[in-house]
Amino acid sequence: MVQLKFDQKVCASCRSADCLLKCQYITFAGHKEAHGEMMKVMKGKDSRVLTECVTCYACEEYCTRGNHPFYLISEKREEKGMFTAPRPITTQWKNMTSMQGKYLVGNVKDTALSCCYLPELGQLGTGEIFKDVASAQVFGAEFMCPAVHSHFARMSVIKERLPMVIENYRKLGVKEVICMHDECYGTLTSIASAYGIEVPFTPIYYLDFVLQRMKELKDRIKPLNITVAYQRSCSNRLIPDKLPVVKKIFQLIGVKVPKRKYQGENALCCAEIIRSVSGYKLADDVQKRNIDDMLAAGAEYCVFNCPACQTSLSEKVTRRGLKPVHIIDLCKMAIGEKEREAVS
Amino acid sequence: MSDIRKSLVEIVGERGVSDAPEELWFYSRDPGVLTPHKPDYVVAPKTTEEVQKIVQLANQENIPVVPMGNGMSLAGLVIPLKGGIVLDMKRMNKILEVNAMARYVVVEGGTSQGALKAYLQKHHPTLRHSIPDAPSTTTIAANVSLHGQGRLTNQYGFNSDMVTGLEVVLPTGEICRIGSPSIGPYWISKGPTLPDLSGLFLGWLGCTGVITKVGLKLYPNKKIRDAELFVTDRVDLIPHILYKLTHLEMLEDINVWFQPKPLMFMGNYHITVFFTGDTEEEIEFKRKMIWDCLQEYMDSKDGGFMSISYMKPMLLEMPGRNIADFADVPKGGGFEYSGPIAPIEHFPQYAAKVVELAAKYNVLYASTARLISGGHAMMYSISFAFNRNDKAMMERVEKALDEATSFALGMGGIPWKPNFKEQKMLLQKMEPNARKLLLMIKKNLDPQGIMNPGNWEVNA
Repeated sequence: MVQLKFDQKVCASCRSADCLLKCQYITFAGHKEAHGEMMKVMKGKDSRVLTECVTCYACEEYCTRGNHPFYLISEKREEKGMFTAPRPITTQWKNMTSMQGKYLVGNVKDTALSCCYLPELGQLGTGEIFKDVASAQVFGAEFMCPAVHSHFARMSVIKERLPMVIENYRKLGVKEVICMHDECYGTLTSIASAYGIEVPFTPIYYLDFVLQRMKELKDRIKPLNITVAYQRSCSNRLIPDKLPVVKKIFQLIGVKVPKRKYQGENALCCAEIIRSVSGYKLADDVQKRNIDDMLAAGAEYCVFNCPACQTSLSEKVTRRGLKPVHIIDLCKMAIGEKEREAVS
Repeated sequence: MSDIRKSLVEIVGERGVSDAPEELWFYSRDPGVLTPHKPDYVVAPKTTEEVQKIVQLANQENIPVVPMGNGMSLAGLVIPLKGGIVLDMKRMNKILEVNAMARYVVVEGGTSQGALKAYLQKHHPTLRHSIPDAPSTTTIAANVSLHGQGRLTNQYGFNSDMVTGLEVVLPTGEICRIGSPSIGPYWISKGPTLPDLSGLFLGWLGCTGVITKVGLKLYPNKKIRDAELFVTDRVDLIPHILYKLTHLEMLEDINVWFQPKPLMFMGNYHITVFFTGDTEEEIEFKRKMIWDCLQEYMDSKDGGFMSISYMKPMLLEMPGRNIADFADVPKGGGFEYSGPIAPIEHFPQYAAKVVELAAKYNVLYASTARLISGGHAMMYSISFAFNRNDKAMMERVEKALDEATSFALGMGGIPWKPNFKEQKMLLQKMEPNARKLLLMIKKNLDPQGIMNPGNWEVNA
């Protein structure tokens, strides 16, 4: 089985300890403590990081030295037989996402449009923006990025399944896979790289694709002239270099994103996984602070790029007067494919 | 035309009587596994007086009468085991009175659950009744006559506990009111403070008369319903979890279920907790109480709450349709269960038994238990799905169900809506003087033995 490539020297010599010092869910007295805890994790010793981490993935972004602290934390948790979420929930996710031969493959040639294992992505990947690739959708556990199991500290599932997923794509003969979910793109780039898994095709980030298509459809764009708050997904932390794409899309379709406290590097998790790992108190607190912040910034819409975040927060933002919408639907609104009122 | 058919036509009119083969075929069976048996006539009365005349005629001609609601018990309770008349009550479907302040309704004996639900939603949106998880076409009278349960059973007991009065046609043809309506105009009590005669009809499966009117308690219909789904892989914890949940004393309904398919449910036990409120604040308060009371199991990682946003619409359906989905997993839409009423402390043993039976008889299982009266007992459903076009599979299911009932009796459980075979097992196990009393009551009420014969009989 593949192994995590983690450079202990890089971590030992780190002068910032940003991976933990910037953490929004665990507090440390300073560099010394944070660095010390990370050393404990690295050496397989007991650390409060192993019990307190809520699996927001953000440390993957905070570490600018490419050393994958989150994957390490998850590896060490599993080595110690620890569970983040309750054991039956962990089992449920493993069972639910196991490959059972029930997948859908469209008219795939050189390009596949990956809908992961999220039915919502199939609907989103339609219309003028996706007209040349919509028929090439693939969906099912066989094509699902298994990154979600890192939330449950079950990296063994990822290590077992990711090569199988890649092999399933390879069998399709594709040259490129457009990943409709940050998690898929993050898995095929960040996780695959961290574990030395070869990817024999080019993963395309869907928002890169959407940005290109929106440029091609520029004549059809009617600026939306709305103010939004953007809900960054946990898996975007695996691919922080892709965050600016969102800004470019917003600029193109006339969407204003006011500054707020919890954005960019300081973005808060949608908290669905926090509910499972830490209970409702922290989850409710995170969601309340997040929505309060969106409203304080004057947002009218809450824009998602992850269906899971959208499911987690839609009802709550709606109750507070914000309109939940996926970024693809926002683009469809800009080119007149969707009514503003029709978005939910 | 036979004399009996002619007499029936005189009572209910030509459109209310049938002995057409295709109709007799339909009325000879229910969706369960028991062998069909044809009636001689199907009769659909419209009034209590017509019911009375039919029963009088049946007495005169000494032919069986089987009162029927929608025939969905799955236990063959309205299969006319000895032929005769199936009395289809569905044309007696009027909602006669709603006393909103006293929170009760009076309906005719063929009124469906769906009709009452729709009526209340339209005319009395702050009131509700205890809706069973059966098709909306099932009837209220049939449900209480078999001690049915519903969404409010955890709070208020069996649906038959919610009866506030009855009108019945006795097997000898007399029309009789039971409870407070026998004294005055109000349907406020089926028994107390009088001797509770409703016990002569509730649970008798139509063997002691025909229920022509039912008074039923109504309850507050809160504006918001919500659900949480707790999951554990430790069956031994289930009774303790249920004890903690029922201690909260504020939950609408609690169901425990497990099934091997789809795969996401395999290996875990699921507790669906329903709760209601008039405001978001009330809902959130209750949600927190539910989470807090099970915190120790989350801390130990033995259990946790599932994210159910996408499942919620299905979970909150009344009645639930997931049973019908389960029935069609092996294709062919068959489904039957043995449903013993048992103490919740026996959940682990019942859970083990259902898995054992499914393996032994090579059938697909799903198991659900509903708490009754805040945890005094549960209805434990040992459920098997089958293909109605596969006789061998149906036979295996029938054997598995028989064995399940034997097991339940051995554990001190009481089979719910027992079929005629299970009734025999019950009577054999029953304390002799209790059995004597039961049979004596039946004999006295129905001296000719014409009411749903084959049921509650020692030598059927």
